[in-house]
Amino acid sequence: MSRAENLVTTDWANDNLNTAGLVFVEVDEDTSAYDGGHLPGAVKISWRDDLRDAVKNDFIDKAGLEKLFSEKGIAVDDTIVLYGGNNNWFAAYAYWFFTLYGHEKIVLIDGGRKKWELDGRPLTTDTVTRPATTYTAKDADLSIRAFRDDTVAAIGTKNLIDVRSPGEFAGQLGAPAHLPQENAQRRGHVPGAINIPWSKAANEDGTFKSDAELTELYADAGFDDSKESIAYCRIGERSSHTWFVLSELLGKKNVKNYDGSWLEYGTLIGVPIELGEPAK
Amino acid sequence: MCAAPEQTLDLPPGTDTVTQAVIQGRVLAGAEPVAGAHVRLLDGTGEFTAEVVASPEGSFRFYAGPGSWTVRALSRGGSGQSDVATRYGVYSVDVLVGA
Repeated sequence: MSRAENLVTTDWANDNLNTAGLVFVEVDEDTSAYDGGHLPGAVKISWRDDLRDAVKNDFIDKAGLEKLFSEKGIAVDDTIVLYGGNNNWFAAYAYWFFTLYGHEKIVLIDGGRKKWELDGRPLTTDTVTRPATTYTAKDADLSIRAFRDDTVAAIGTKNLIDVRSPGEFAGQLGAPAHLPQENAQRRGHVPGAINIPWSKAANEDGTFKSDAELTELYADAGFDDSKESIAYCRIGERSSHTWFVLSELLGKKNVKNYDGSWLEYGTLIGVPIELGEPAK
Repeated sequence: MCAAPEQTLDLPPGTDTVTQAVIQGRVLAGAEPVAGAHVRLLDGTGEFTAEVVASPEGSFRFYAGPGSWTVRALSRGGSGQSDVATRYGVYSVDVLVGA
């Protein structure tokens, strides 16, 4: 995996809006953002309404994804061009999720919606419809998903990467500060986790830093290349951003995203928790 | 679950201002609001804490705690930032952006 395979620029996206075989897909934290204007031809997928199971506290299953992609007009051979707001948080989550169900051709627009807007490129409110397909997904690839027991078992043995802000890591905040403080029952972090905020991997315009800068970032923070890794945040979207950096840009092996993240871990009974500032 | 809240200067009913610091204000270019600016909250070390997109009125809001904070706005028209020191309660901070 490399940047050339998985990341495209806004220039490239602009030049390929009408290229056959590409399906532009917007996934935002603010699920109303698409409705106010989107890339020409892009379809909307809501992480909350489309990717989450309506009853079970989990994402949709294989059949659910097949139904969604079929309705959205996405074929197995299409290249999905993903982008979204908030520095691509939920676009990265969708990238991870679509990869988990075996879609092979996906690229992320570097900087996402934010970079597109800062570039002054056009947005449209036109309704986008695509002919339905019959999509067949693969079985879930759990080699890129960590569960709570995996995370507990990883203490002291794997790279545990807490990508939240230092305030959340230390237990001073229960959630990102743009949200009401929706908390797990306890604050803090998984013992032994290293705090490498997702934001350190990105420039102010939402684009990813260079491979050299990213490599130095993780090495300096104590990332051990000889170990398997689990990234977590609060609900799994920021850690998807870091999973993308580690797996898809830097080509690190055996990296899992713990999408249950702190909202689950911090509510478990009896698991160990640490408080305190990140190590300098 | 996580969902982007509406950016207004009217505090939502029931907002806790006793155990948190609410930092809110508007992004302005001169006297004019800057809609759609990307507004981020940085902690006392300059580290990213959160980001929102300003409303059509240029409004933004964060929920933080006691500390030293920087509110930084990025827009097509330029960037700007303001500092604020908080304990608990509501703090109003406008950010001026320019070329």
